[in-house]
Amino acid sequence: MNSFILIAILLVLSSIGYSFGQRRARSLSGNQPSALHSRPQYYGLYVALWCGIPSLALMALWLILEPQVAEWMLISSLPADIQALPADRLSLLLNDVKNLASGNIVSREVDAALQSAADGYASVRQIGNAAMVVVALAIGVLGLSFARKRITPGLRARNLVERTVSIVMIVASTIAVLTTVGIVLSLLFEALRFFSKVPWYEFLFGLTWSPQTALRADQVAGSGAFGAVPLFAGTLMITFIAMCVAVPIGLFSAIYMSEYAPPKMRAIVKPMLEVLAGVPTVVYGFFAALTVAPFIRRTGESMGLDVSSESALAAGVVMGIMIIPFVSSLSDDVMNAVPRSLRDGAYALGATKSETIKQVIFPAALPGIVGSLLLAMSRAIGETMIVVMAAGLAANLTADPLEAVTTVTVQIVTLLVGDQEFDSAKTLAAFALGLVLFAITLTLNVIALNVVRRYREKYD
Amino acid sequence: MDAVAEAEAPQRALRNSPKMTARQVDVYYGETKALKNIDLDIEENQVTSLIGPSGCGKSTFLRCLNRMNDVIDGCRVEGDITLDDVDIYRSGLDVVQLRARVGMVFQKPNPFPKSIYDNIAYGPRLHGIAEAKSDLDDIVEISLTKAGLWKEVKDRLQAPGTGLSGGQQQRLCIARAIAVNPEVILMDEPCSALDPIATARIEELIDELRQNFTIVIVTHSMQQAARVSQKTAFFHLGDLVEVSETEQLFTNPRDQRTQGYITGRFG
Repeated sequence: MNSFILIAILLVLSSIGYSFGQRRARSLSGNQPSALHSRPQYYGLYVALWCGIPSLALMALWLILEPQVAEWMLISSLPADIQALPADRLSLLLNDVKNLASGNIVSREVDAALQSAADGYASVRQIGNAAMVVVALAIGVLGLSFARKRITPGLRARNLVERTVSIVMIVASTIAVLTTVGIVLSLLFEALRFFSKVPWYEFLFGLTWSPQTALRADQVAGSGAFGAVPLFAGTLMITFIAMCVAVPIGLFSAIYMSEYAPPKMRAIVKPMLEVLAGVPTVVYGFFAALTVAPFIRRTGESMGLDVSSESALAAGVVMGIMIIPFVSSLSDDVMNAVPRSLRDGAYALGATKSETIKQVIFPAALPGIVGSLLLAMSRAIGETMIVVMAAGLAANLTADPLEAVTTVTVQIVTLLVGDQEFDSAKTLAAFALGLVLFAITLTLNVIALNVVRRYREKYD
Repeated sequence: MDAVAEAEAPQRALRNSPKMTARQVDVYYGETKALKNIDLDIEENQVTSLIGPSGCGKSTFLRCLNRMNDVIDGCRVEGDITLDDVDIYRSGLDVVQLRARVGMVFQKPNPFPKSIYDNIAYGPRLHGIAEAKSDLDDIVEISLTKAGLWKEVKDRLQAPGTGLSGGQQQRLCIARAIAVNPEVILMDEPCSALDPIATARIEELIDELRQNFTIVIVTHSMQQAARVSQKTAFFHLGDLVEVSETEQLFTNPRDQRTQGYITGRFG
């Protein structure tokens, strides 16, 4: 049986339990709900939780553990000489058995032994699946009847339900945190493997980036240089250009929207600016590559400058446009949040509108504005698509915005696209780059959050 | 000033020249008429208190006196309001200059999120009253002293103004208003967010400030009006019902509604 159908059945069972519990509580109280400790709905929820949570938890556990158990049974059923195979050959063979069992293509001649192993595996999986359905349903029904029996007018159902709900919430937030930890760890271990091949100082301080290494001994390829400085310099330059575009435009439009624009104008302009944030970055990418970059090149040439067709300037300008809404929308909100009483205070002292904005509102909102800028910056640092399309792939170490540069994220993409072997320094370099990038954006986010928090304390 | 207005304001004859006058003032918020035909004189170096139930228009009237209503959308003021016999709503009048002469203290203390020193120095810097650092230092000290806050904060002038207690913050706001050396100070329920001790401190202060400034105060507390003011105006539903010497208004009101309000029958 499909597990989705099973989940649906369990949910139906829980809702039946809900109405059972509610009715039972009502009848026990003699149709006087005030005689109960909690309102009848809580007794219903109490039964529903007893019915749903254990069965669903068992099902989740089963889905995680069952394939492993089945695989273990499969291995132990195989002949001894196959069990003695090296781990990687064994896992290949196991894959074939599983493929055969589910009717997929296999990579070797199907012989009798393989066929019987596959049949055995398929039947184990089938039995396991059926057992899961039966056991889960049984636990659901058991939980239902157990909880229904335990209902008495004095049962503190509301407290129990609320405690359970808070535990569910704790589990949910733990999952989110653990996912983050998992991502960091996977990055960390791959990066450590990289640093065992390439020393960290060479990676962090090397000035040449040329990650092409030979796959086989007889191939002609670059020796492989993993100095990440050109990448970080490129990232920094493009981010800098983007901020040069986004900060003035974003801040001035925020000031206009929050202080000068009539409410009608604001209601139109703000959503329109926010549309910018909704444009897919690929669209920005070809806007940069096909419109902005040629324009910059033609303009540069008419002034006698040597501009490459892919330039940091084009990518930076378009990226700046992309992050305008981050700056403008957040800053606008922050400035709107400055209490009216502060404006009144300044006006009452005879300040004009622009003096009030410059000397009172802007300083009061500054921490929040800084927070929005940092958020926009970490967005710019992590941006990939625009740079791939408009700034090129050449890892030049240059300070000239008219030359092609590349960024950390772009290199990660190019390192991992296509067929790669996952133990070469070239591929592992992507994880090291990712780790450093993660550290940088994390730092920026932490700073941003702290700044914003300090701002919050100010008016409370 | 026409003859009718003269006749309608008999109290004007008591003193020779009121600091501010209001004649036939109507205020509209959009279509709603918030104030109807208000005539009121505000005498120099006196405390005038405006009392009345919530929503009666007393704060609205107060905010007309330094044109703080200008920043409210849809608010319209008709009639004449003068300061030293000059119409403050005439075209071409500099609102900035007006607000430098008619300062304001608000219901909730609203110090800027700056240091105590900068809070006081804000107005003088704005209007170029003091250029040199030493002049500014003097103004800060004098204003804080007048507001009765100097002793408490003189050692921490660079601490943020928002870190003071509620009563201190309100006195800081009064000091901030004094620092630009206004002629009139408007106070919009300055004690409603404060505890009794801080309130007593501010009331004392208002009485001292009367020597140098003309004060108009909106208050919900009739005791406060009786304690601090020389003249009291009673507003009700957008009308100025009665205005007279404070003592007379509280002991011998002429109007039924005033009588009802001060004896606590409504409001």
